[in-house]
Amino acid sequence: MLSSEDLAVFPVDQWISQCVEWLGIHFRPMFQAIRWPVEHLLAFSDTVIHAIPFPVMVLLMFLIAYRAASLGVALFSAIALVIIATLGVWDEAMTTLSLITTAIVICMVIGIPVGVWCARSERVWAVMRPILDIMQTTPTFVYLVPVVMLFGVGTVSGEVAVVISACPPLIRFTYLGIRMVETELVEAGQAFGADRRQLLWEIQLPLAIPTILGGLNQTVLTAMVMSVVVAMIGAEGLGLVVLQGLGRMDVGRAAVGGIAIVLLAMMLDRITQNLAQPTPHKRKSLFKRLLNSRQVNA
Amino acid sequence: MSERLKIENLYKVFSSTPDRAMQLLTAGASKDRILAETATVVGLNNVSLSIPSGAIYMIMGLSGSGKSTLARCINRLNEPTAGKILLDGKDLVALNESELREVRRTRISMVFQHFALLPNKTVIENTEFGLKLRGVPAAQRRKRAEEVLAIVGLAKWADHHPHELSGGMRQRVGLARALTTDADVLIMDEAFSALDPLIRTEMQDELLRLQRTLKKTILFITHDFQEALKLGTRIAIMADGQVVREGTPQEIVANPGSDYVAGFTREVDRSRLFDARSIMEQAGTLLVQDDIRIVGNESASAFVLNAAGEAIGVLDSRALLAVGGGADAQQRLSQQFVSVPANAKLVEVARLLKPGLPVAVVEADGVFVGTLNSAHILDCIAGLPSSPPATRPFVSEVAHHA
Repeated sequence: MLSSEDLAVFPVDQWISQCVEWLGIHFRPMFQAIRWPVEHLLAFSDTVIHAIPFPVMVLLMFLIAYRAASLGVALFSAIALVIIATLGVWDEAMTTLSLITTAIVICMVIGIPVGVWCARSERVWAVMRPILDIMQTTPTFVYLVPVVMLFGVGTVSGEVAVVISACPPLIRFTYLGIRMVETELVEAGQAFGADRRQLLWEIQLPLAIPTILGGLNQTVLTAMVMSVVVAMIGAEGLGLVVLQGLGRMDVGRAAVGGIAIVLLAMMLDRITQNLAQPTPHKRKSLFKRLLNSRQVNA
Repeated sequence: MSERLKIENLYKVFSSTPDRAMQLLTAGASKDRILAETATVVGLNNVSLSIPSGAIYMIMGLSGSGKSTLARCINRLNEPTAGKILLDGKDLVALNESELREVRRTRISMVFQHFALLPNKTVIENTEFGLKLRGVPAAQRRKRAEEVLAIVGLAKWADHHPHELSGGMRQRVGLARALTTDADVLIMDEAFSALDPLIRTEMQDELLRLQRTLKKTILFITHDFQEALKLGTRIAIMADGQVVREGTPQEIVANPGSDYVAGFTREVDRSRLFDARSIMEQAGTLLVQDDIRIVGNESASAFVLNAAGEAIGVLDSRALLAVGGGADAQQRLSQQFVSVPANAKLVEVARLLKPGLPVAVVEADGVFVGTLNSAHILDCIAGLPSSPPATRPFVSEVAHHA
């Protein structure tokens, strides 16, 4: 019988290690260049979010949730933030929030154009699809080692890992949204003489927006999950609270971090989920609604 | 009417490598054989048509007959495999991408079966869509869209979204969008097929009303033969990617030419399709007396016409004999006859008939053009072959002389 041990073992692990090392040495400028915008964007959002006083942040989230979703979601968001503050992890939660908002911005800037590109070219999609499969099925921990080797440790490297794991859903949903636009509508555009750019901006993108927002919701949730994992490579935030609890076998500390993460995740999920499901009232601003209700009262 | 669109030997084979299928097709192989041998579907097989300016040209066929493919080849939503499509003599098949875009923006517009309105845009934004693509300034295109919406009766709905409208109203928006660009060729691909029967009739009447002033060249695709008869100035019937019969509605019903076409014409209400002119008999001059003329034929009494060609009376056979013998026709004639307009449909003619009285067919200006007898009317309505063939050439000649 042929045993698995009879086969020659290829030192694939060594090859990959050498390969990543080689990349780290020879492509250092490139990775530094990637790091630069991430670092500055992250620093900016971190400064802004931490500069906002607690009550203002609660009010702001309430208004954003109200505008994007509903009164219920707005109330939930406000209460969730108050609970997070009372748990004593406000600063850490804000760090995580800045990590996620930055990741969302970067994912949108990369993901939507790439998704559009995939939708418009069969060849690009053929290349992109396996890459996305790999990105989405690789266990998140596996990313961490090469990211550390190429980008170092710390919050910025963590952010890179977050973006890598959070971007694929947005690319997929953008691709899907554009591909799912009814053929007759695309043909209507063509029949009236739309060029490719007009077809994209007048028909495909507007009609794909609900699907793209669905992808955004997925991106937010993936980013949330990853923002915790990257605590292992030195990223700050709620993940670090959990990691510290784990390290000290402090169940209470870990649970506090966990509860804060769940609340933050639910808040972001509800807000972005409602973005994807357009409701008629959503279009009206709070001001208009107040105005309307006053007119009704009068 | 001058010729607006001419289609010459158009072929469409749905394949990225159409050469083999085209060889078989031009060698005379059937659609089924080509499907079996090369796994390619033949959409159009050597279609040639001439579409006059200002016509509502109906392309009628069952599903899979290639009618939609033909329409979509004209604005090249489907790329023809071979052949020519001449718009005012210019071959559309040879256009490059930007020339084609220009033609689509200015010359040919389209109305879709399922309306294809953009759900995120309001009615007026949908209406001005073509002009927006062309780069017309906002104020100008809005003004034009408002005009067209008023024409189709939807001015009040300008700021609503399509989902708030009924099917008939949505298709009015579809029509308005197509009219806004001032394209002179309009492709209507099963435009009314998705509508309820009552709304469909209403939209057909609306289209006929609009067409009286617009005088577009309309290429209308339908699977409904009744619709083809009602709207069409000419009809092309398609089967298996070929045109099997082409002609005016009356020509096709009077002479289907094949069992396939006869299958459609059998149930047709002929009394609403044929007019007095199409089944009347001409009358030859029998006698001339001073400035009056006596005309007649085998199946009707002899009519007495004055100098202007108007029927002033009839002579029965005894009176005719007497007049032939030298008696004064004016003295012998009888006023007992009925006049029907040449363009009156048979259903209206039937209402005008009086039992036993001879019938004169007259032009709008009163000039006598022929006779009609009730047996012919009945034969025609029943679709019996004994009804005389349409006698247009001769009649138009007579009318011309008059």
